[in-house]
Amino acid sequence: MPSLKEVRNRIVSVNSTQQITKAMKMVAAAKLRRAQDSIVQMRPFARKLSQMLSTVSATADAAQTSPYKQVRIVERVLIVVVTSDRGLAGAFNANVTKATMALINEKYAAQRAAGRVEILAIGKRGSEFFNRRGFTVNGTYVDTFTRLSFATVRQAAEEIMKAYTEGRYDAVDVVYNEFKNIATQIIRAEPFLPVPEQAETKNAVVNDYIFEPSEEEIINELIPKTLKIQLYKAVLESNAAEHGARMTAMDKATDNAGELLKELKLVYNRSRQAAITKEILEIVGGAEALSAK
Amino acid sequence: MHIEIITPDKKVFAGEAISATFPGTEGSFQVLDQHAPLVSTLGRGDVVVDSGAGGKQTFTVDGGVVEVLNNQVLVLAEAVV
Repeated sequence: MPSLKEVRNRIVSVNSTQQITKAMKMVAAAKLRRAQDSIVQMRPFARKLSQMLSTVSATADAAQTSPYKQVRIVERVLIVVVTSDRGLAGAFNANVTKATMALINEKYAAQRAAGRVEILAIGKRGSEFFNRRGFTVNGTYVDTFTRLSFATVRQAAEEIMKAYTEGRYDAVDVVYNEFKNIATQIIRAEPFLPVPEQAETKNAVVNDYIFEPSEEEIINELIPKTLKIQLYKAVLESNAAEHGARMTAMDKATDNAGELLKELKLVYNRSRQAAITKEILEIVGGAEALSAK
Repeated sequence: MHIEIITPDKKVFAGEAISATFPGTEGSFQVLDQHAPLVSTLGRGDVVVDSGAGGKQTFTVDGGVVEVLNNQVLVLAEAVV
């Protein structure tokens, strides 16, 4: 049986760990609410933008001129991996990196063998993971989450789109965690560029709009805007999912610490009782030895 | 007419106005009350909202789109400085 002092020390250390995990859970809950708010904020913009795109495409037929819709033979690939900056979020980051590796091995095995798969990491964890595995990692946007705003994501999206139109990449995919609810994240691996062909909804209400400049030019302006919003949405979803994942992970850690404490207390009380019994026996034995004389 | 200016981060402005000036990509233009339906892209520049008695308000936007429909003006700005 471990000595009283040892057990007491362990109890103290488990206790303080529990306090930390509890605090982290609370912080994650607060941050999660803020992350959800910013998703809600972004929604009307995204909805209106895609609505506008479909109204304009409904009136104009020449929507195929956009450089972002050009499909080329895929030689060089860029994968945008959205992870978190910090750990202690359960399997959150491992899931994304695993899904990315699976995507590379299945879809882009030939490009990988030729060393033509590059990674753009949003979030430190992904950047570290792929650096270790010898990928070319663009780490300009690793620190996005400390001050998350559309401005940074917009910059990243613009850089990606520029590289694509210049032909530095022939395909761009995005891998991220989608926020479903606090306990569930869904891994998404979506093609980002070239813009996938959508089943055109021709039933959009056609109003007699004045277009300034022409429809084609507006479409060509709207497509990059929707792309930026698409990336922003992925980052926001991942941010909310991260805090959700951390919250559940920390909740479980707090529970585990509680259980550990219970067990330790039992051991502590048992060894305390054993020590007391031993002392009494010694005293009684000593007294008896004296009186027997 | 009712005018709204929104960015992906937040709603910047919402309210009534008698006229508004926009930095269109083809040059600046003004929208008055009861304007015909319009869709236009915006460049970098100032959106000036004139709410009559309430005075003028200026927002510097960096790229975006504006839609006018049924006396509702909606500005989707990428960034408001």
